[in-house]
Parts: sequence; structure tokens; C-alpha cells
Amino acid sequence: MQTAAATSYLHEPKGLKSWLFTLDHKRIGVMYLVAIMTMFLVGGVLALLIRTELLHPGRDIMGAETYNRMFTLHGAIMIFLFIIPSIPAAIGNFVLPLMIGAKDVAFPRLNLMSWYLYVFGALFSIYSIITGGIDTGWTFYTPYSITTGTSVISITTGVFILGFSSIFTGLNFIVTVHKLRAPGMSWFKMPLMVWGLYATAIVQVLATPVLGITLVLLILERLFSIGIFDPALGGDPVLYQHFFWFYSHPAVYIMILPGMAIISELVSTFSHRHIFGYKAIAFSSLGIAFLGFLVWGHHMFTSGQSETASVVFSFLTFFIGIPSGVKIFNWLATLYKGQISFKAPMLYTMSFLFLFTIGGLTGIFLGALSVDVHLQDTYFVVAHFHYVMMGGAVMALLGGIHYWWPKMFGKMYSEFWARIAAILIFVGFNMTFFTQFIMGTRGMPRRYYSYPSEFTGMHGFSSVGSYVLGLGFLIAVIYLIHSLFRGPVAPANPWGALTLEWQTSSPPPTDNFDYDPIVEHGPYDYDKIHVEPMK
Amino acid sequence: MSPHDTPQASPLAHHFADMEQQRDSAKLGMWVFLLTEVLLFGGLFCVYAIYRAWHPEMFFNAHKQLNVWMGATNTIVLIASSVTMALAIRSMQLNQRKPAVRFIFATLALAGVFLVIKYFEYAHKIHLGQLPGKYYTFTGLEGTNPHVFFTVYFMMTGLHGFHVLCGMGAMLWLLRRIRKGEFSAEYYTPIEMTGLYWHLVDLIWIFLFPLFYLIG
Amino acid sequence: MSGKQHHHILPLSTYLSVGAALLVLTVITVAVSQYQLGEWNLIVAMTIATIKATLVLLFFMHLKYDNKLYAVAFLIAVTFLAVFIVLTMLDTMTRDEFGRGSIDKPVQYQSAPAHPGEGEEPASHDTAGHTADTADSSHK
Repeated sequence: MQTAAATSYLHEPKGLKSWLFTLDHKRIGVMYLVAIMTMFLVGGVLALLIRTELLHPGRDIMGAETYNRMFTLHGAIMIFLFIIPSIPAAIGNFVLPLMIGAKDVAFPRLNLMSWYLYVFGALFSIYSIITGGIDTGWTFYTPYSITTGTSVISITTGVFILGFSSIFTGLNFIVTVHKLRAPGMSWFKMPLMVWGLYATAIVQVLATPVLGITLVLLILERLFSIGIFDPALGGDPVLYQHFFWFYSHPAVYIMILPGMAIISELVSTFSHRHIFGYKAIAFSSLGIAFLGFLVWGHHMFTSGQSETASVVFSFLTFFIGIPSGVKIFNWLATLYKGQISFKAPMLYTMSFLFLFTIGGLTGIFLGALSVDVHLQDTYFVVAHFHYVMMGGAVMALLGGIHYWWPKMFGKMYSEFWARIAAILIFVGFNMTFFTQFIMGTRGMPRRYYSYPSEFTGMHGFSSVGSYVLGLGFLIAVIYLIHSLFRGPVAPANPWGALTLEWQTSSPPPTDNFDYDPIVEHGPYDYDKIHVEPMK
Repeated sequence: MSPHDTPQASPLAHHFADMEQQRDSAKLGMWVFLLTEVLLFGGLFCVYAIYRAWHPEMFFNAHKQLNVWMGATNTIVLIASSVTMALAIRSMQLNQRKPAVRFIFATLALAGVFLVIKYFEYAHKIHLGQLPGKYYTFTGLEGTNPHVFFTVYFMMTGLHGFHVLCGMGAMLWLLRRIRKGEFSAEYYTPIEMTGLYWHLVDLIWIFLFPLFYLIG
Repeated sequence: MSGKQHHHILPLSTYLSVGAALLVLTVITVAVSQYQLGEWNLIVAMTIATIKATLVLLFFMHLKYDNKLYAVAFLIAVTFLAVFIVLTMLDTMTRDEFGRGSIDKPVQYQSAPAHPGEGEEPASHDTAGHTADTADSSHK
């Protein structure tokens, strides 16, 4: 067996140009990983600044105007530049072709274009930060987004461009899954990671164009006063919200479906058991993708939407809990009586199961119209979405990064420090955000710069939690980067997993496999095939 | 037959197993792209539906300002262009390069006619002050906020016109490649894909025409 | 060996007859629109447009002869678009007077009109249209 370095995609071909013009999905995935983690750092620093300002009522480190820009940018960056692309573009790009035994995605040049669109969109957003940012909230609601003097047009243009990056990635993945599977890989022999990425891609392709047209209309409204969303011109601001949320609700499923896809892989590998209910999990991914398009009005219960529509949307919202619940129960059933290995990816998996359940259930609470009237725009909502987005998607992302790190870079990280970081992140997260559920029910509104003094203790506790969380991430960054230079060389299959990416070297050669893969068993046939994981 | 034996440079990309897989992938990819266009335009159809439902009288009155015959002519022009585009592909399927070129030229010309007619329509409206939002200065219309009709009109036909332009660009690119001998009955996928795109442009106009020009 | 469906070449007559059908349908839809049929104008126009669109999809875009996957994908997209329009209108058509807010109010422009000769305020002759619209919103 050749040494990894001789034929690895990382080392051949050489030179900066070979990276900037690469058509290799693995290199594109790595570039995305670097980019999204950088944006996560920027968004995270903004979060720490926000939490620091909220240590006490009144001014701590910034004025109210600046505070508005901080939380707006935190949201916009985290959502459009980090979490939406994160798993599909950084991890999906890398593993999808490998998992189906393909040499690349269907359209490698389109893939590179997605990457450059991402960079271009990011530059627009950075430009808008430099020119003072925006203060509308990441949702850009009209009429304020029409009248505010802040850089709305540059950031909405940036988001528009990012939308195309997302659409092209989705398009690429759909065609790749349909057409490039290796011989023997039927739909029901595909890893659940692929099912999840496929369902995500469908949402990306169908929902994002509506965001595109929404932003175009907003820009035109700002520039030319077209009068569609502006009440002063006979337009309807609630219509803007319909348009915005028709994308942004399915968008949250773009965020979580890939995370759930990763969890399916991790649960099976680290309990060394066949996944329980493979088809149910596969179909529930499609179910979530479909149902996700029917519920957007639950963001607008208190916005002036009619009662009739609100009742219908509330009713539809409850159904989403079903496919999500199916997944949670199937994962738990997989763990039951499994040979569980508590390596870092499994710690993140367990965090996910616990935290996403809380996040998902609180979403159902908010879906109840009568309850939402009290909780809308409070910290309860903030806690809910951080539990699903961070407690869910980000935990899954971290689990996936740790799981595929050896495959991507050929190095093992320090398991000891990985566990420390995972625990700090879990503890810090709950300190920060569980408190916010309580604050929300006690009436603390979101996006508020100041607050009555009775909330000071809880805000303080939440902020300290955010520092613990930050410390956990810092440790993770350190040992991961350290592993690139000093980590032990990774074997082809450190975890003893059965999916195809582990049947090639770590890191893989440029063309992914030194042979033509033919699939003869399922991705989770641990009962039939045994591969010894490294100790 | 190895792909390297064909007179043209082999267009088979290294990550595809064979030309059929590559062709099918291109087709699926183009269809998925068309779906995104449906949703993109769909947003504007939604705006139309909502505002028309809120102000049916105003829409009826305002639409009379449009010229039905220019709209109908444009409809026929686009239908004809779809026929010529389809025939261009058919010619290439039969390895008839010169007719294919002629049909693409015809499609281009018809697209040009469409845009010229639109130019005249737009110029007339601009002259009368029938413009979106705060630029609306026309006073000959009854109904609440008639500028809304023209806002929706300009946005939908404007976005559609932009897509016509892009289609024309794609056709010019195709002509260049045909001249260089890159296509044959064995490989003409880009022409077919452009055709699919062009038919969608026609499809959207098929709905725009009655919605703006034929209200009651 | 190679996909038969892909090399399926439609006869010239198919393209020409579909083209002719589209032209005929265009003539019909223009003709029908000249009559005042109330609600039915929209229904007839949209039905004819849908028939035309179906012809384009089935024959020009080859959906009749290709892998069913493309047709299914297209139908899914159209379905979700329908969901968007229907559920949004479920809100917009059931707003009460308070929810209709700005929509019925005639607009007062602050800037002077661009054509001085046509200088009337748009608001002044909106009462007729305004009454007609509020009649629509009187039910809850």
C-alpha cells in the first residue's frame, strides 16, 4: 500500500493556482471548511461581544445603535455565511462522492463556481460590515429595512449571491446522487448521510430562488420605491414576511437535515450496530423536506397575519415533529445494546440527541398559536433556535469534523483534548441558552439592548456560559490545527466503519479510489461484516 | 467505439463512466435549474395574484392601457421561436449542421423581434408616466394605487426580458461552437440544454400574456 | 447500448402541429377575452395557458418521451409554487379591516409629479375604486 503522502489529493498537484482553479471536490470541500470556520469565528466573536454588552442593563461596552448592528450581523453571518453552507459545502462536498463510489460530483466546474460565489457573497457582506453594518435584524423586515440609512443593499446583494452558491451546490448534489452512484449502490444501499444531503439539496433548490426574488424586490423597493412592501406606497409589509419566511423556514431544514444525516452515520459507527429503521430515517428526511415548506406562517403569528391563516399554519406546524421524532427514536434504538465507544464524535452525537430534542420540542411549544402570542420575540425563541441550530446542527457539524478529520487530512487529533472541548462546549452551551428559556418565559424581549434589573443575574450567568462555550471552541481549534502538523498518521479506517469513504486511503488520492468500487453490502451491515477500529 | 476515435475532441469528462451518463446528468442538471427559475418567477406570480385579488377593478382598468395586439404578436413570435429552436435541435440530431445554424439564427431573430416590440411598449409607458411606485405620474386611471399594476408589469416582463437576453447570449455561443465543428448527431447536448431553457422562457410568457393583456 | 429515448427523433410534423395548435389556442384565448364573462375570464384564460404550457412541456421539452423523473421534478416545483401562492393568499384574503391597513389607502406622493401638465394628485379620484375595494373586505 502506497504511503498516504505520495498520492494524496492534498499534495498533488502542488501550488496555489492548483488550489484556486481546482475541480477536485475534496479540495473545494477543504476550502469551504476553512471559510465557514472563519465566518463562524467572526460570528462567534460578535456573539461574545453581544453577551458582554448584556452583562448589565445599560451600556457596558457599546451604545444601543451599535448593539443593533452587532446582533444583526451576528445573525446574518451565522446563518448565511456559516450554517447554511456548513455541512453540505464543507463536509458534503468532501464525502458525498466518496460515499457513493464516484470520482467527483456531477458538475465539478459548477462546484468551483459555487465556491467563488460564496467568496464573492462573503466579500459583499464584509463590505457592508466595514461601511457600518445594518441594524434591521437578520430578517430585514420592511418598512424599516426600506427607510434605514444602513448598508442594506450591500448585504442583501451579498446574500443574493450566496443564495446562488447554495442553489448550485444543491443542484450538483441532486444530479450526483441520481447519476453517479457506483455499480451495486441502489438507493437503499446509500448511506443515510447521502439521503440527508439529497433531501437538503431539494430544499436548497426549491426554496432559495424565492429568497432571491425577495431580496431583489427589497433592493428595488429601496432604490426605486416600487411600492410592493412599503405601506406608505400602498404595499404590504406582511407580504414581505411571507416571501422571506417561505425561504427561511425551509432554510432551517437546510441547516438541520445534513446534521441529522451526520448523526445517522455517527450513531451507527460508534455503537457498531446496524442503524435501526434505515428506511424510516431515509423517508423521514424527505418528509421533513416536504413538510418544511408548509409551515412558514408560524413566524408571523403576531405580525398582522390573519387569524385564519395563523390557525392553519399552527396546525400544520405540529406535523413536523413526527419525522423528527422518528429519527430520534430510531437513533436511540440503534444505541440500545450497542457497543458504544465514547470517542469525541460520539460525545457530540449524544449532545445532539439531548439538545436537539429540547430544541425541537420547544419549537412545538412555539407552534401553538396561543402560547406563541406570549413567547414570540422573547428570549424563549432565541433559546429555541440556538438549541436546534447550535445544539443540533453545530454539534453535528463538530461530530462530523472530528469523524472525517482523519480522512480529510490523514492525521489523528488528540482524543483527550477533544473530549475536554466537547464537555466544555456542552456545559457552556446549556449555561448560555437554557437560562434564556427561563428569561423568555419571564418576559425578556429579544434584540433589546437593555433590560429591567431583575434579569441581571440570569443575563450574567448566560454570558459566563458563552465564555465557557468560547473556551471550548478555542481548545478545539488548537488541537485540530496542531494535529495537522504533529498528529499521528491516520489509518484508512480508524473507526472500523463500513461506508465507502473508509475503503480508500486517508487522505484519499485525487481520483478517490485506486480501484473501481463495486458495492456488495449495505453501509451499516455490522452484523455481517466486522472491521476492527483502531484503539 | 472509444470516445477518443471521434473526429471532434472527446467531450467525455473524466468523472463520468460514459457519454450516456454525462448526457443524462446534463439533462437532469438543466431540469433542476429550470425548477429554480419556476420558483424565482413564481414569487412574482404570487405578488401578482395577491395584488390582483386585492384590487380587481384597478387591475382591470389598468390593463386596458396595454396593447393587446402587441402582446399577442409577441406571444406568436415566442411560439414561433420555440418551434425554430426545436427544429434546430432536430436538425443536429440528423447531423444537418447548416439547417441547425439557420434555425438558431431564426430563433435569435425572433427573440430580437420580441425585445423590439417590448421596447416600444416600455417607451410608450415611460412617456405617459406609467411607471412603478413613486415614479408613477399618469393620471388617467381609476382605482386605488394603480402604480401597483405597472410595478408588477415592469418587474415581471423585465425579469422575463432579461431571461430572453440571456437566452440570446446562449444562442450566440452555440453558433460559435457549431462553426467550430464541436457538435454532431453524436454530441449536441449544449444545444439541447439551451433549447430546454428557451422553451421555459416561452412557457413563462404563455402565462404572462393572459395575466397582463387579457384581464376580462 | 445508448439510451434509445435520447436519440428518439420526433418527426417534423409533430413539431409543426404542436406549433400550429399553440397558435390556434392563442387566437382562441384572445377572442374569448373580448367577452365579459366575469370570474370565468380568468379561469378560461388560465386553462388555455395551461394547455399551451403542457404542449410545450410534453413535446418541445420532450417530457412525453423522456425519463419520468423530469416530469415528476417539474410537477413538484409547480406544486410547491402553488402551496406558496395558496397559503399566502389564505392570509391576504382573510385579513380584517385592521389587517388591510395600507393596502386600501390611496397613496399620497410627497414629491411633485414629473409631468406638470398632468398635475392632479392621484388620491383625488380614488373614491370610486376605494369603495369598490372595501366592499370586498366587509366579510371576515
